[in-house]
Amino acid sequence: MNGYGGKILRVNLTDGTVTKEPTPPDVARDFIGGRGFGIYFLLKEVPRGADPLGPENKLIISSGPISGMLIPGGGKCDWTTKAPLTGGYASASMGGHFTAEMRYAGLDSIILEGLSPKPVYLFIDNDKVELRDASDLWGKNTFAVEKQFKERLGEEFQVAVIGPGGENLVPYACINHDYGRQAGRGGVGAVMGSKKVKAIVVHGTKSIPVADKDSYRKAGMAIYKACKDAEGLKDWTRYGTTIVVSWCDEVGALPTRNFSAGSFEDGKNLYGPVMREKIVITDKACFGCPCPCGKYSRNKKYNNYVEGPEYETIGLMGSNLGIDDIEAVAQANLLCDDLGVDTISTGNAIGWAMECYEKGIFTKKDTDGLDLKFGNVEATFAVIEKIARREGLGALLAEGVKHASQKIGKGSEKFAIHVKGMEQSAYATHNATAMLLAYMTCDVGAHHNRSWAITYDLQVGRDKVVPEKVARVIWLQNFRPMFDVLGGCRLQWVELGIDRDLYVPALEAITGIHRSWEDLDKVGERIWNMTRLFWARENEGFGRAWDMPSPRFYEEAPKSGATKGQITKLEDVNKLLDMYYEQRGWTLDGLPTPETIESLGLKAVVA
Amino acid sequence: MRLYVDNAKCSGCNACRVACSLNLFGENNPKKAALVIEPQFPAPGVYNVKVCTQCGDCAAVCPTEAIKQDEQGAYYVNFDECNLCEACVPECKEEVMFVRSELANTAWKCNLCGDCVAVCGTGALWIAETEAVAA
Repeated sequence: MNGYGGKILRVNLTDGTVTKEPTPPDVARDFIGGRGFGIYFLLKEVPRGADPLGPENKLIISSGPISGMLIPGGGKCDWTTKAPLTGGYASASMGGHFTAEMRYAGLDSIILEGLSPKPVYLFIDNDKVELRDASDLWGKNTFAVEKQFKERLGEEFQVAVIGPGGENLVPYACINHDYGRQAGRGGVGAVMGSKKVKAIVVHGTKSIPVADKDSYRKAGMAIYKACKDAEGLKDWTRYGTTIVVSWCDEVGALPTRNFSAGSFEDGKNLYGPVMREKIVITDKACFGCPCPCGKYSRNKKYNNYVEGPEYETIGLMGSNLGIDDIEAVAQANLLCDDLGVDTISTGNAIGWAMECYEKGIFTKKDTDGLDLKFGNVEATFAVIEKIARREGLGALLAEGVKHASQKIGKGSEKFAIHVKGMEQSAYATHNATAMLLAYMTCDVGAHHNRSWAITYDLQVGRDKVVPEKVARVIWLQNFRPMFDVLGGCRLQWVELGIDRDLYVPALEAITGIHRSWEDLDKVGERIWNMTRLFWARENEGFGRAWDMPSPRFYEEAPKSGATKGQITKLEDVNKLLDMYYEQRGWTLDGLPTPETIESLGLKAVVA
Repeated sequence: MRLYVDNAKCSGCNACRVACSLNLFGENNPKKAALVIEPQFPAPGVYNVKVCTQCGDCAAVCPTEAIKQDEQGAYYVNFDECNLCEACVPECKEEVMFVRSELANTAWKCNLCGDCVAVCGTGALWIAETEAVAA
């Protein structure tokens, strides 16, 4: 099949069997790949009520038709599962070189099912696929394991590995790859840990067939040229995602001290140029990317190397913890990666604990003797380790801020910053209604990547609650995740302003199927509704209440910074939801109506 | 003319290698590229890139004279004339002369097509006149 590796690899960990089946052409036509394949298989194959860490849950790893191709950014891999963090849908996007290698081994998806009785790793070398004993790797940190595989098997093998966080089933454990790229959010690492799969190693030497070679080469080259000609290329490549730290600080979007404000008085010490000057040594790219956002750093203060920190980690492990030392943030980043926990959720959990401590809800008795004030770097390092190992305070924080705050009470639920149980990524949403709505309705919980609408807030007026804003959020939610469906990266479009129409002839030349962006946005809309239906299927009483943000954004105005005294009224939060549901064709309780399901052709899928 | 690389600018993306395999073989397969990227991670955190200098040592030892020189001075393999004897491989000081019979029925090398340069976003690769090497 043109544009595909052609096979789905199914790994049954309970009985140790591996089987391959052809990638179904109708699924490829309707869902294309990546996160489209993920939700298709999740809805179809994971039974209602499955325990996220039990044998019925599956981990669905998918590439897409532009992965591994001559298309800028074709290095994204989708990891879909039922999330241990939220009990709903999880889809984590991992950069690097893994997805391309899967395709060269002839695989479009790898589906892990069942539970292994003992630690194993999945070995894939073209058609040779084996589950191998990993007893000697269990308990090890991610960098050591990746290095061991690279030394043993060679640089051509790509490695995805979990750390102690995943082994200990921390519900926000991540999967690490390429010394610094992660499938970060929702707890995909815990699902891999529950299945006792320490690592997946893959190597392939096959070619990916395309429908029209000449048109494909021409279309691919045209996108590379557009990237190279883009005005923003130089600065973007120099700073990567850290380019937005200063902007966020200025407009009040930089999470500060557990999102109590959006500007950090010492924020300038964390700005992109400071980091570049101080620690960055190499620009590190995902597969096929001409505008590498990965900044690889030599951290002299702590004597080590780390990829990053990138913006989200600077926000959550820096300003959100009151830390203004970029080298300390880089060290926290490294600890999280090496231990295998998501920096975003971990930064939130520590920020929440610091606020509990400063408010007297926690004493040193609760913090294992740590002086857990905002800004305490050493305590931050210690807590990261405790979370990954579920020790002391870490056992509580490892449950995520929603459950931890419910357990502790005393008003701490009000400053647990999450939606649907997923901790909020690094955009403070005080008086930024489009971005707030984007977080409220994001299909994995409070994550930014589906709809990065904060620039739109500034463009049209941040407190405006108007249908155009809602329409913008919905358009972004349908369109942006299409890059996760195609197996590619959205940042060429977001950051360099590449015309998205350039991808249309490329995709057609690869797959042989013409799809306009109108068609693709429709696929995005269909997938969005499928993920919503999955949430509803898995959670009794799912609806509007699940879309509410942290009260911090409608009850307490920041006392300092660019958004000082600014707040979104609860009435406006509800108005946003009313408009959103109406435009989506959902009920006032936030569920797709039968007519919407019918019009999107989803009747069979949800039956 | 030859291909040059600045290792410090390489970000390891491999776009060059896909473009290369597409030009040489009409395939999407960086394992069939004529340049190599060796990531050195986690330390020292750099990429070593190996490229052809068009020195012609491979052509000099080829018993079937399958490696020829084009009008711009680039040596290329005429796939039909290669007998996979591998005599060229150890001659290549840069380690960018390839015979992998499981992947292709011919030896291959850089033909200086320039597609790698066209897709390199960081300016790590370029083609220029071969500099005289001081004796």
